[in-house]
Amino acid sequence: METNISFKLKVWRQKDAHAEGRFETYEMRDIPTDTSFLEMMDILNEQLIEKGEEPVTFDHDCREGICGMCSLYVNGHPHGPATGATTCQLYMRRFKDGDTITVEPWRSAAFPVIKDLMVNRNAFDQIQQAGGYVSFQTGGARDANAIPISKEAADEAMDSATCIGCGACVAACKNGSAMLFLSAKVSQFALLPQGRAEAKRRVKAMLAKMDELGFGNCTNTGALSVKDYLVSLRARRQETAR
Amino acid sequence: MTSAWYRLAEVSNNIIDQCVAQGVPFAREYGGLLANRSFGGAQVSRTFYAKGQTGQQLLLGAYSSLNRMIHAGKVKSYNRYEMHDVVIIDGSYNRYEMHDVVIIDGRARGIIAKNLVTGKLERFAAHAVVIATGGYGNTYFLSTNAMGCNCSAAMACYRHGAYFANPAYVQIHPTCIPVHGDKQSKLTLMSESLRNDGRIWVPKSIEDAKKLQAGQIKGSDIPEEERDYYLERRYPAFGNLVPRDVASRAAKERCDKGFGVNNTGKAVFLDFSEAINRLGIDVIRQRYGNLFDMYEEITDVNPGELANEINGVKYYNPMMIYPAIHYTMGGIWVDYELQTSIKGLFAIGECNFSDHGANRLGASALMQGLADGYFVLPYTIQNYLSDQITVPHFTTDTKEFDEAEKRVQANLDHMMAIHGKRSVDSIHKELGNVMWDYVGMARTKESLETALKKLKELRKEFETNLFIPGTQEGMNIELDKAFRLRDFITMGELIAYDALNRHESCGGHFREEHQTEEGEAKRDDENFFYVACWKYNGDDETAPTLIKEPLHYEAIKVQTRNYKS
Repeated sequence: METNISFKLKVWRQKDAHAEGRFETYEMRDIPTDTSFLEMMDILNEQLIEKGEEPVTFDHDCREGICGMCSLYVNGHPHGPATGATTCQLYMRRFKDGDTITVEPWRSAAFPVIKDLMVNRNAFDQIQQAGGYVSFQTGGARDANAIPISKEAADEAMDSATCIGCGACVAACKNGSAMLFLSAKVSQFALLPQGRAEAKRRVKAMLAKMDELGFGNCTNTGALSVKDYLVSLRARRQETAR
Repeated sequence: MTSAWYRLAEVSNNIIDQCVAQGVPFAREYGGLLANRSFGGAQVSRTFYAKGQTGQQLLLGAYSSLNRMIHAGKVKSYNRYEMHDVVIIDGSYNRYEMHDVVIIDGRARGIIAKNLVTGKLERFAAHAVVIATGGYGNTYFLSTNAMGCNCSAAMACYRHGAYFANPAYVQIHPTCIPVHGDKQSKLTLMSESLRNDGRIWVPKSIEDAKKLQAGQIKGSDIPEEERDYYLERRYPAFGNLVPRDVASRAAKERCDKGFGVNNTGKAVFLDFSEAINRLGIDVIRQRYGNLFDMYEEITDVNPGELANEINGVKYYNPMMIYPAIHYTMGGIWVDYELQTSIKGLFAIGECNFSDHGANRLGASALMQGLADGYFVLPYTIQNYLSDQITVPHFTTDTKEFDEAEKRVQANLDHMMAIHGKRSVDSIHKELGNVMWDYVGMARTKESLETALKKLKELRKEFETNLFIPGTQEGMNIELDKAFRLRDFITMGELIAYDALNRHESCGGHFREEHQTEEGEAKRDDENFFYVACWKYNGDDETAPTLIKEPLHYEAIKVQTRNYKS
């Protein structure tokens, strides 16, 4: 049942990439528990604009859990207290009246802050550019049914493919490692015959890029709903082939 | 244009092959071949899928291929840039053309884009410009579109004279999570695949509906014989899989009659009890588990949970759904080559009008987007570029670029200087309400005239009472939203003009004056058998001019859809 809650909101404010950031505290009153976390942020922004102040800048787009833009670090958890869901799928019923809620951007050297809670996740693009694809020229693909794939392999590849590159694994990791992201891509392609031919080259190129961009390495923390552990193990096995 | 369909049908088989080659993990049968399932508007299982997230996986496949080209140095990607204008250069400027033909009309030669991080405008010159900027669904504020979706690039082309075709054809998707209140920012689509196993219903009796609205009973308290599976009742041949416009209007019809099932009266049930009882919860969870989880996170109700047992029949919690704006069939007019009415300017995907007519069936937006990008434009654009081969790369140091940048800058300066009282979102919400109430699922002459009047007032409100905090330096999200809202208001008027002109019901456009006795859409082929193209008339205040492109069908006979038998 919907109720209203009031709470303190501590939000990281930072003018741009070079400025020093700080926490600002806002009192939020009578927020319906059926609103999403991002809608609560919208309410805050409307209040700030009404006072003539600049709203809090944060990334968001699809607001239905599929694009991976809403990179908020809520109460010490990437995407907040719900597991396996992005911030936009977090609803205020997860919080209690009188709570203090802290909102920060992803904290990682490889994801510099652009403004307030918005970070630049271009490093993920660069990792994928290094090899996260099947080298295939558009046009002239052969009949997909000419490559039979067992249901088990297709399902397992699908599990890896559910990674949307949101960056939560990096934000959660004490080492700031992008291994989960990388492993998801590596596994998806390596499990399918189309991608197997260049599996070794792919994992080496992506790992080299990840190291170059300043991400840390791996000790598993269990941050996301991608079948992370298996996926990560597989990538590490491939890495040892390096 | 009829043959564009033929072409789409021809190339669409290649799409699956193309995506599989990219590594998209489509579902497979145990035998190793691709699996199929059914989808809205189709009576046979013929849709390829990747769990409940096919679109997302196709996007990720395209993204991986794009990354490959970026790595190869063949594509340069500018993240966090937004097109603010298209630059048209008169053909006579093009002194490098070998043949001595003086070309009088202008060609698209570049764009002005804003770097959203620095706040600075930048110029890009090119031999041709392709826009692939999506639809205009966010004109309605609440839609299933992502928050960043906007029609500003399309509006820039329109203001330069590119025709805008069939803007009134807006698709309303039947399976979205209902609106919870006025703080709502976005509507969440529940995948259409749910209609394969879900049955849509409201109570038979108005008393039960009232009790549901008051929160006195739950859906699972109502036994089978008291439920009205209205789609199965009205459309026995297609049942719950009727096309989106039919399913949406049927839901509205029930709710308008007072049978809505939540506190706002604007929701119907989507129920999995029958499927779970028949196949078991494990099978259903395997098919829709991620959607059930998503639904529970948003609404706090688990659709897979056993909620009641009446006379030995098990009832599970039903989902609640209601229609929402989802896709726009109209768009920038293009020819067979996907070129707009401006030379050198191409539009692909949802932002053009070309493939879906007045209504779009499930899965075909992905089909069109991928076909346009992978298999159509790469070939048709060559026909344009072939006579440009001797034209050297352009400089952006021309009076046309100067003027375009000045124009965009003046617009930004103007919006910053209004210093009124209202936030962008508050005006955008008001626009959305006007559009949904008067230019939504059911339209009349009166409602559309009211809408046009209200939109004029709204533009005035925008021009005089908008407030944007901060400066133009660096990132300013409010300024970026304001830029888009200005175009949404013009787009809203364009939809209303087109809807007012089209005195018939057709696909996604439903005029209450034109319906059968059973409430089905009634076309008027004698008078409206054409694509309505709208030409801009110099400023946003003036009504656009209608240009009709007649439809010709050769191989097939034009008929009326029948989902009843």
